[in-house]
Amino acid sequence: MTTKMMGAKVQRVEDDRLVRGTGRYVDDVAPDALHTAVLRSPHAHARILSIDVDAVLDVEGVHAVWTYDDLEGAMAEPLPLLIPHPTLTHGRTQYALAKDEVNYVGEAIAFVVADDRYVAEDALARIAVEYELLPAVVGIEAARDGAHLVHDDVPGNVGARMEQSNGDAAAAIAAAPRTLSLDLQIERSACMPMEGRGTVARWDPDQNRLQVWTSTQTSTGVRAAVAAKLGLDLGQVDVITPDVGGGFGVKIVHPWPEELLVPLAAQKLGRAVKFTEDRREHFISSAHERAQVHHVEVGFDDDGRVLGLDVRFWHDHGAYTPYGLIVPIITSTQLLGPYKPGAYHVQFDSLYTNTVIVTPYRGAGRPQGCFVMERTMDAIAAELGKDRADVRAINFIQPDEFPYEQGLIFQDGRELTYDSGDYPAMLDKIKELVDWDGFESFRAAKAAEGKRVGLGLACYVEGTGVGPYEGAHVHIETSGKVKVATGLTSQGQGHQTAFAQIVADELGVRFEDVEITTGDTRRMAYAVGTFASRAAVMSGSAIHLAAKRTKEKALRIAADALEADVDDLEIVDGVVSVKGTDSSIPLGTIAVLSNPLRYAFDEASKAATQFNVGDPTKPPVAEDDEPGLEGTDFYSPPRSTFASGMHAVIVETDVETAEIRILKYAVVHDCGHLINPMIVEGQIHGGVAQGIGGALYERMAYDESGQLLNASFMDFLMPYVTEVPASIEIDHLETPSPLNPLGIKGAGEAGVIPGSAAFAAAIEDAERLPITAMPISPSELFALRAAHAQESK
Amino acid sequence: MKPAPFDYVRPGTLEEALQALAGHPEAKVLAGGQSLVPLLSMRLAAPAVLVDINELPDLDHVRVDAEGVRVGALARHARVLADADVARVQPLVTKALANVAHATIRNRGTTVGSLVHADAAAEMPMVLQLLGGSVDVVGPAGRRTIPVEELYVGPLESSLHHDEIAVEAFFPALAADTGVAFEEIARRHGDYAMCGVAAVVTVDGDRVVAAKAGYLSVSDIPAVVDLTEALGGELRDASLARAAEAALAVLEPETDIHATADYRAHLATVLTARVVTAAYEDARTRAGGSK
Repeated sequence: MTTKMMGAKVQRVEDDRLVRGTGRYVDDVAPDALHTAVLRSPHAHARILSIDVDAVLDVEGVHAVWTYDDLEGAMAEPLPLLIPHPTLTHGRTQYALAKDEVNYVGEAIAFVVADDRYVAEDALARIAVEYELLPAVVGIEAARDGAHLVHDDVPGNVGARMEQSNGDAAAAIAAAPRTLSLDLQIERSACMPMEGRGTVARWDPDQNRLQVWTSTQTSTGVRAAVAAKLGLDLGQVDVITPDVGGGFGVKIVHPWPEELLVPLAAQKLGRAVKFTEDRREHFISSAHERAQVHHVEVGFDDDGRVLGLDVRFWHDHGAYTPYGLIVPIITSTQLLGPYKPGAYHVQFDSLYTNTVIVTPYRGAGRPQGCFVMERTMDAIAAELGKDRADVRAINFIQPDEFPYEQGLIFQDGRELTYDSGDYPAMLDKIKELVDWDGFESFRAAKAAEGKRVGLGLACYVEGTGVGPYEGAHVHIETSGKVKVATGLTSQGQGHQTAFAQIVADELGVRFEDVEITTGDTRRMAYAVGTFASRAAVMSGSAIHLAAKRTKEKALRIAADALEADVDDLEIVDGVVSVKGTDSSIPLGTIAVLSNPLRYAFDEASKAATQFNVGDPTKPPVAEDDEPGLEGTDFYSPPRSTFASGMHAVIVETDVETAEIRILKYAVVHDCGHLINPMIVEGQIHGGVAQGIGGALYERMAYDESGQLLNASFMDFLMPYVTEVPASIEIDHLETPSPLNPLGIKGAGEAGVIPGSAAFAAAIEDAERLPITAMPISPSELFALRAAHAQESK
Repeated sequence: MKPAPFDYVRPGTLEEALQALAGHPEAKVLAGGQSLVPLLSMRLAAPAVLVDINELPDLDHVRVDAEGVRVGALARHARVLADADVARVQPLVTKALANVAHATIRNRGTTVGSLVHADAAAEMPMVLQLLGGSVDVVGPAGRRTIPVEELYVGPLESSLHHDEIAVEAFFPALAADTGVAFEEIARRHGDYAMCGVAAVVTVDGDRVVAAKAGYLSVSDIPAVVDLTEALGGELRDASLARAAEAALAVLEPETDIHATADYRAHLATVLTARVVTAAYEDARTRAGGSK
């Protein structure tokens, strides 16, 4: 290779196919499949007294209708609690179909299989369910109050109470020269991928084998779950993840009821069966995130140095806890961001409510933590009359302090140790990018035009690339093409491009000759999944290692064939040559030589006949060797690697209408070495758009009875392209991670994390009134202005 | 999100369409489908029959003359919006249409369909009301013209009879020495407005001799308020404030998940001043240009 691919702005090879509409998603698989529909609870909390499906049985085109009573064995048990935790003392999960009680609007009650979705929905309308309504617990206040319980056997609606500390925060605050307390809250939003959930299954009676296509972030996870629940051997189940139209976290949850019911139906009916979630279902029966209420006590000195920080917060996890405590644990640990408070104590309650379950959504608890920490920094600066950037700078972990131990246990059960970073350099960059020092003159100029503007800054650190492992298999074909498989899934990240760049560099092959397969358990049975900004770090590293292994084998065979020393060889464009000579051999020919098979099928085989390899006195496949030019390897890091970033935003708040306009959005981002800056910037753009959504537009509007009032894209306001600034200014810092061979850190979630924190700061700066709850709408800003004017009187 | 079963007819003549409607009390007319189809898919509406009028002849017209603009029942918003004659003869139609939803919806949705859907949060019913237009309908008894004053009778309710089909809307031409303006404030580009205001102002030199404003999303049915008296002939902060007060006395904004009633009322006040001023400037420009 003459040019290094790593770090190059390589155009995504996926886009042509996806943008032209030739992507292949779960719903495109098996057009002959039977369709399914799910009867969902219309009530937030009710006992099911009876279910009468008789009227469905004679509907033409209906093949099956199931309720809980039709489930057997493991299928009749509650769904798995995927990530238990010792402090999750009252974890609860739902059944695939509700047993006796429903706990949120949207919970699955009955399952219909029919010729098509129209007939299936007609059938749903004929199922009669008798309910006894129970009081609904909606919102953190009602949950905390505990007057009504979501689950009778969970006192106070508290699923978990967890506490961590580093030092004696209470004492530090008591002794601090200055203190502040803040109450801060964030509302619910959700991932909202373009493609909802979806599963297709086909039972092959000839092979006694189940094939499942599902729109997931973990095909290996779904495979294990389906096998366990259906009582099949793992070896009887294949799970294939085709193109996925976005995940953002919601599709790491598994198995969804439909992910089990569809395979079960396929097996029982002997037909391909499909579930394609519709948008309303996605709103009321997938997952949400973000709702938390926080109370902060902070003690600091006259320079703004945080001496003690005590955070108590309440996390609304919805009706069940299938994904454990990942979100609040991340908030409680990642809240500290780039700072090193003298002492820290955090305690949270994870609370049940009669609402859709809460599981990680891009950012996964970090947007809340960042909001809390950054609001606190701004409050300290305001209290001291100091520059907000200066107060942050004085609290930064310094570049010579890495690895830095925060003295806490992170979400992966490992110590929270930052591997690398350079926060002071990053602050310099963001200040320059947003013209921090020139802002007051900009403000004055705008004020002269009768306009009100504000500037906000938010900093974060993000633990990325969590373990335990990913693997990769690299196979060089006799054509010289390189087939690579890694087990985690792709939902738009550009893995085909980024991973091929890594392979091209390591193997010395053309980028175009590398083909990447993800999320297919037939190709790679051991894998974890695509979440926690881990794909590049985990699979990227594994692919690098597997490519390296394959290269070593190729060079060994080449050295034998060319009668040269391995150290004298190089690989350029898929051809191994002895440096400085004409002596060479293509990788495809080496692949032929690597397999001592007698048959010659093609030109590649004939071309290989000129070479002699191997020791004729030993077996054709030597001891400790294998036929074929392949390499498999796994990467398993000791702990997460910590990326970081800083965002600054300038807003105008309309003096008359309270509309909030974005004048400038600037990002400095550090994810270590960049594999592909174009992909990283695309990730940042998407993240920033979601951050804008979370800060200014999106909320789940539940009423007191637990009905979701805005379960459509008409009323749940995701930003359109018209609400996102045409230009997002990005600068990179590259502080390599010492934990992996490529020096990379994750980038997937970063863009969304500081959105609410940065906007709250900018709006507060423009309006000179405290912003303590996000998101904020023009109507709410108008109300805040009115309340503030009233108080000032 | 699949509709409940329904019968579907696609008649080739108006007579057949009327027969289909007359034969089914539960029938609904389908033109652009931009409001009806989502209602069907969410099973919020389950008509027994859809009478698709897209094959009917002679309804796809936009005719402009000195009297005004006539829009046929199958003319799409996008086509009306792009018509330069419409913009010349009644610019308020064009200004308002630019705020109707998104381009893809305007490509399919029909202006007449929107008018008879009678949504007080939609732009075109309010514009028709403000301009004093009318809708022609055809039924078993023949063709009749419904003046807009008699068209909107309640929330999402028009005075069309079930067995009638709206075939044409009429927007009167802009009068001499008159200007128009339109502005709305929505949560996102293309969303239903939290509040929208249109104004028609007639001047005599510097003086305002007539002023009316129409309001979106702050009343049950499209609301029009005559501001002539409140303005007292001139545009000053005080007279504009009086105009807004006059409007608020009539309007009944409500709180929903996107905006409080107070905020909507505030927007109505702000927009009244902005839009009346802009219409006044427009009138002055036009009056100057015609001299």
